[in-house]
Parts: sequence; C-alpha cells; structure tokens
Amino acid sequence: MFNQFKTRAEGVSAEVHRFSTPAEALDFLVGFVRAEGVADQPGQYGVFADCPFLAAVDRQQLEAVAGMSFAVTREQAAGAKVGISQLDWALADTGTLVQDATAVDKRLVSTLPTIHVALIATSGLRADMPAWLAEIKPESANYIAMITGPSRTADIERVLTIGVHGPERLVIVFIDQLGGTH
Amino acid sequence: MQQEFKQSIDKALHNANLTGALGKFSEAYKVNRAKAYEGIDFEALRTTIAGLKGYAASHLEELSDQFQKNAEAKGAKVFRTNDPAKVREYILKVAQENGVRSVVKSKSMATEEIHLNPYLEKAGIEVGETDLGEWIIQLAGQTPSHMVMPAIHMTKEEVADLFSKEVDERLASDIPRLVKVARNELRPKFLKADMGISGGNMAVAETGSIALVTNEGNARLVTSLPKIHIAVVGIEKLVAKFSDIGPILKALPRSATAQLLTSYVSIISGPTPNSDGSMKDLHIILMDNRRSEMAADPMFKEAMQCIRCASCLNVCPIFRLVGGHVFGKVYTGGIGTILTAWYDELKSSEDIQGLCIQCGACKDVCPGKIDIPGLIMELRRRLVKEQGVPLLQKSIYAVVNNRRLFHSMLRAASVAGKPFSKGTKFIRHLPMFLAELTDGRSLPAIAAKPFRDVFKTIEQPKGLKEKAVFYGGCLIDFAYPEMGVALVKILNRAGIEVLFPEGQTCCGAPARYNGAYETAAGNAADNIEALLAEPADYVISACPTCTVALDHEFIVTFESLGRKKLLPQARELAAKTIDFSTLVKKLVDEGRLSLKEGQQLGAITYHDSCHLKRTLKADQAPRQLLAQAGYELTEMFECDTCCGMGGSYSLKLPEISAPILQRKLKNIKDTGAPVVAMDCPGCVMQIRGGMDQDGAAVRVRHTVELIADQLKD
Repeated sequence: MFNQFKTRAEGVSAEVHRFSTPAEALDFLVGFVRAEGVADQPGQYGVFADCPFLAAVDRQQLEAVAGMSFAVTREQAAGAKVGISQLDWALADTGTLVQDATAVDKRLVSTLPTIHVALIATSGLRADMPAWLAEIKPESANYIAMITGPSRTADIERVLTIGVHGPERLVIVFIDQLGGTH
Repeated sequence: MQQEFKQSIDKALHNANLTGALGKFSEAYKVNRAKAYEGIDFEALRTTIAGLKGYAASHLEELSDQFQKNAEAKGAKVFRTNDPAKVREYILKVAQENGVRSVVKSKSMATEEIHLNPYLEKAGIEVGETDLGEWIIQLAGQTPSHMVMPAIHMTKEEVADLFSKEVDERLASDIPRLVKVARNELRPKFLKADMGISGGNMAVAETGSIALVTNEGNARLVTSLPKIHIAVVGIEKLVAKFSDIGPILKALPRSATAQLLTSYVSIISGPTPNSDGSMKDLHIILMDNRRSEMAADPMFKEAMQCIRCASCLNVCPIFRLVGGHVFGKVYTGGIGTILTAWYDELKSSEDIQGLCIQCGACKDVCPGKIDIPGLIMELRRRLVKEQGVPLLQKSIYAVVNNRRLFHSMLRAASVAGKPFSKGTKFIRHLPMFLAELTDGRSLPAIAAKPFRDVFKTIEQPKGLKEKAVFYGGCLIDFAYPEMGVALVKILNRAGIEVLFPEGQTCCGAPARYNGAYETAAGNAADNIEALLAEPADYVISACPTCTVALDHEFIVTFESLGRKKLLPQARELAAKTIDFSTLVKKLVDEGRLSLKEGQQLGAITYHDSCHLKRTLKADQAPRQLLAQAGYELTEMFECDTCCGMGGSYSLKLPEISAPILQRKLKNIKDTGAPVVAMDCPGCVMQIRGGMDQDGAAVRVRHTVELIADQLKD
C-alpha cells in the first residue's frame, strides 16, 4: 500500500519520505526546517501543531531552531514558511492524507504556510476511501480534512499551477514506529 | 429565435480565444477523463450514484428534516427556505447583527443563482470571491461561463490586464506569476474577513455534514479563518448516508477535471473552535428554489441526480464552439439548460434549448446517469405545448407528411436550382436568404425519380423465403435512391425479398426534435399502419435516425402523450426493426451472404453516426463488415463526435453546424484514407457536401453502397 500511495502522491506533486523511527524523522525535520531557512522573522517562521509525534520525541532539538513555535497563532501561521502537523490516515489509491482537523491549529499550519510537512504513522494507511469511510465516525470530528498534493489551480487558460491559496509544497513523512493511534 | 440570441452566438463563434481555449480543453479532457477512470466500472459507479441521488430526490422533505435535526444537535444553525430572497435576507441579517464588514467566498453556484454578491455589496458589505476563476470574473464584472472553470473563456493577457488594474502595476501575462499575485492580493482579505460563505458539494442527512471539494485551498481558508461561516446548499445536494460520500467523491473529480481526487476535501459536521478560542458561528442554508417542484416532476426528477461536474459541457460539440455566455444565465451547457428552465422559468430556456443537437455525447458520460438530451427534448415538447408550433413549421410538417407533394416541391426547387448545381449532383450555392444553407456544405441535388418510383422498376428474384419491409426515410427516397437500390441487391442475394409499402411517410424525427409531438405521433400512427400491413420478418432501415424512431421513439412519443391505443403495434414494429449493418453482419456471419474473397480495398475511415452508436449501440457491426469486405480501417480522431447535421439543426443554426463539420472534415482528411464510410444518409449529406466544397479527394459513402460492390457473384 505504501508504494501505491507514494506513486499516487508523487503523481500529484507531493514529496514522500519514509523513516522507521520517530527519532529519524525528527532528524529529518530539523535538517529540513534549517535548510528552508526557518527563522524568527515574518515570512520565515516555522509552526508545529500539537500532535502525538511531539510527545514521542525530544522536541528540544526543534525548539532550538529560532522561529519555531508550538503554540500556533493565526499571525504566526500566516507568517510561516513551514507548517508541520500529524495526519491520521493515508489512502493508498489516491495518495490522499486524512485528518481530524477539528482543532484549528491543525488547519492553520496546513493552509497558511508556504510548505506543509505532513507526518503520518505508516499504520494509518488504508486501501481506499470506502475502507476509511467504514471506520470513521463524523460524530466525533467536526472538521475532517482530506489533502491530496499541494494547492493547485488551472483557472487561467487551464494551465496547471501549483500553490494558489494553500501550500506550494506538500512534504509527506511516513513513520513506521509511530503506532498507537490506529 | 430571438435576434439577440443569434447575435450572442455570432459573437461567441467569432471569438477565437474562446473557441481555441474550449476546443483544446475538450480534446484533452476526453483523453484525461478516460485515464482517470481506468480500472473503474463507470456504469456500475454511475448506477450507484443515480440510485442514491434518486433516493434523496424522492425523500427531500424527510432528508431535510433529518439533516436539520442532526446539524442543529451538533450546534449548527439551519435555515430552510424555498425563496431566494429569504436566503439573501437571512445572510444580510446575520452579517448586520455581527457587524460584518467584509466577506470572503469560496465557489458557490447556489449564490450565483440568487445573485448574492450585488445584494450584499449594496448593503455596504465588501464581498470577495476567492476561487481564482471566480475572482477573475468578479473583477471583470462577468458571470461564470463554465460551472467548474468559471473563467475558461479568458486569456492570460486579459487576466493580466485585470490584475494590473487591481494592483496598479503593469503585469506580464506569465501564469505562475499571475497566480502569485492572486495569492498575495487575496491573503489579507482572508485574514481580515468577518464572514466566510461557501457552497456545499454534498449535505449528509445522517450526520448533518456538508462536504466541500476544492483544489485551491480557498474553501479551507473560508471555513477556517472568519468567525462566521454560512454554507448555502441547494437541496439537490442532500444524500442520506455518510457512506454516500464515497461514490460521489470517486466520480466528481474524475468527471470534472480528470483528477483522481481534488487537492482538498473538507467535511464539516458542526462548529469548530476559532483561533482565539471562541466557537465558530456556523449557519447552513438549505435552499429549495423550485428544486422540490423539479423532484416532483416524474420526468425532471432525474435532473436532481446531477453532481455538478460539468462533464456534459466538456464533451458537448456545441459548447466547445460557443462557450457558456450564450446561455445567458448562471447555469450553462446541457444540464444548465435544464436547470435554467426550472430555477428560472421554462420560457428562459426557449432559445437555449435549441442549441442542443441531440448527439447524446453528454448522456454517455453523465455520472448521475441523467438523460440530458431526453430532458431537453421534453423541454421542447412543453414549450410547444405552451406556445404552439410556429406557423411556418406547421406548414413544413404538412408538406413533409405528404410524400408526393414533398418530393415534387423538392424536385421543383432542385430543378429551379439547376444553375446552381451546374450539372453535378450538388447544389453548391443558393440565392439570398438561403445562402447560409450552402455555406461550407453543398446540398445534394434532388433525384429525378424518388426511390418509391425506382423500386417499382427493380426485378427481384422469385420465390425468396424471407421478407423484409424497407423503411426508406426522406433522404434515401428523395436524394439517394441508389442507396435503396444497393440495399435491395444485398438482401436479395441473402434470400430476402424486399417490400416497400407506399404508405410509409416521414419518421416524425423533424417534428419530434422540434417539440411537435402531436405531429410526430401522427407520423408514427401512419407508419405503423403501413409497415405492419404485410407480414415480414424484418423492418430494415439504412438511416439510424429513422431506425431509432421506429425502434424507440414511436413508443416514447405515444407514452408521453398518454396515447395507449397504438402501443402494442408500436412494440410489435420495434421488435422487428433492425438497422442495415446489424442485419447484414448477421447474414454474413450465418453464411447466408458471401462477400468477395481476398479483396484488398485499401484504407478506409469510419464516422460514427450519433443515433447508430449511442442509441442503437451498433458501432462495431459496420466496422467488421467493412473489414470483412477487405478494407483496412484507420480510425479518425473523435470518430464518434457529431458531424453537425442534426436534421433540421443545420438549417436552424447553420453557423454552428458549419464549424462542427469543418472539424469533422479535418479529422477525416488527417487519416489519409481515400474513403470515409458511415451508416447515415444525413451524415452522408453533411459530410459529402462538405468534402465537395472543401475539394478534398475523399469519397464519402454509405456502408450499404460499399458492401453492395463487394458481393460474391
């Protein structure tokens, strides 16, 4: 299922990575935000929505990066280069990520920044939408968000253009040993 | 047709940007859509969707109640109304009570339908469309020309001009740069907006959820940043169960934009926290605006199965020439014609229903399984019922029904037109007001002797076991009697005697396609009497439009007029009716008819006639026959796209018919084949006439003529 997901997600311009432990993923994230120039200035902030991943790692490494914040405000998200959040499911047949995004910070970090980094436990993979629909209870999630690749438009002369209102890049990070939620 | 309407068509046809953009898009769409549906059983999927949407359409009140109850239990405020004015008032009231100064909107056809923006703006509220296409047309002061791609009619240069004015800076027409400008301009509007207004692609009764399907991410911002969110949802968006989202989400993006899934889908099932910790003020407006009347109509209920993908626009040979603005209202294209007739009024569809050429391409791709051309025919019928048949048309039908008179009039016109036909088989130019009819297409000269007289001179072998009644139809009878002669020769060789009942008359298609069902029913009754008078094994026709009339439409016409008396006979006739290629293929397969062996006849290309392929589903039989005869088939691009004939369509809207024909001629010539075959004398008339004026050395033949030449002695 992972391979199918990767093919589909890359087919819609997402970037897909996979790590076996949260610690390895953390190393990747620290390197990534530094490489993207996250800093304590508007337009360059990094914002991280609270999630189980943060509880599973030593977040001090990320806190050490200037401009990273974990209590997300709208202003910070609007001025962020990178937004990071954890998603709940991944649908292999379309390369789609799904999240209970009831908490607004999860949406702020995945809509306003230029880059969205999406963390996902490999155990969250499902074959397709019907498989996921059979599991979900919308009663407990007032805002379910599905994300398939970065923001796109073809409204001018039908030319596909990436990054209109949402993120220009979607970086998906699978973590094998980030169990628990499913 | 209204002069104003004709002028808007003319304007669209001369807009090279528009026809170029739409033409390219429709070509790419066909290929990409097929790719997106790879591995999916489309028939099964659309049957599921038609089932669940059909269920919702017949339980609107119940599902609305359930939706309201469930959404309110989750903390949303639900407002239900039939009246567009009440929707506008409700939104303004919420805005004023909360001191709203600015609104951001994500794409919503329902709010376009009720002209919400000017209403709010008049009350001093700033309204910003945020979907890129909608923002472009808002800046241009226009209405959407396409349901999914509102600004498809505009070029990047036009967009650059609009944006330049908006940002007060001269912008180049670089698309990624223009998209960036939109992002930067709209971002502050999102952040300062006090209210977000969205539509809804689905409303789930079971959970009180609304689903929003977008690519740009604007709906996520509209529903997340402002403290108030109002969703305006037409009640046709209701579905019963949460799991119903699955099939619709499978079809909607594939049919709309050939995507497996859009970038974003948001399912909102109640208020969520705002970024300052307060809770969202969530309002959902369930708008009826004549939808429940539509659902109560036994025929138009089907239109409630629409999921607003606009694939009927994307495959329409007319839409790609004229675009959306000629439709004059909010909803465009095939389904738009139907929605306009209901949401606005029947009279509003008077002109635009005439744009449909009845080729059936949209019916094939509709994920809601809606018979769009059938419903447009029903609009025609109701318009005629309300307004009567125009006098000129009435007198034409009277002539058409009198075969002798019809032939002698055509013949007289043809002889009078002799200076124009210059001794060829064509009338190349007609004088004055008739000139348009030969613009890009020569008309066939009328045969000196109609087939009904030629038939009497044919000596058929004695003692043939089977009998077939031949239904000639106008064109074979009057313009192409040689096709009839070829048919008799083929059937005789297979041991079938051909009968040609004199009492047969027009198949009624011209009347029916113009909504004159009473006339069509009269034609049906006369033909049933003539064709069933003598016992026969088959009733054969070499015109797919006539075949469809005999095989389907006599029954449908009687049924829609509530005339039961002749139904059994109509069914008896339908059971015997068969098209030329299907019968002859069968005769060859059974060994009753032999074709010359080892013939190498060279390349041929085949044009699918709309009725043969899409109603009779007989597109393979002629191809196989021609291959068996020794032709090598080279398929043309868009082989099953209409040639623009459409019966009287090419007379009423020659300016649209002509460019459709030009495209067909090009596709034929591009194959390099010296012969193009088809099974419809109407298509022969259109394409042969077109080739004549084009001057290309491509022979245009009916399959019957080609096969008659290849019979084994």
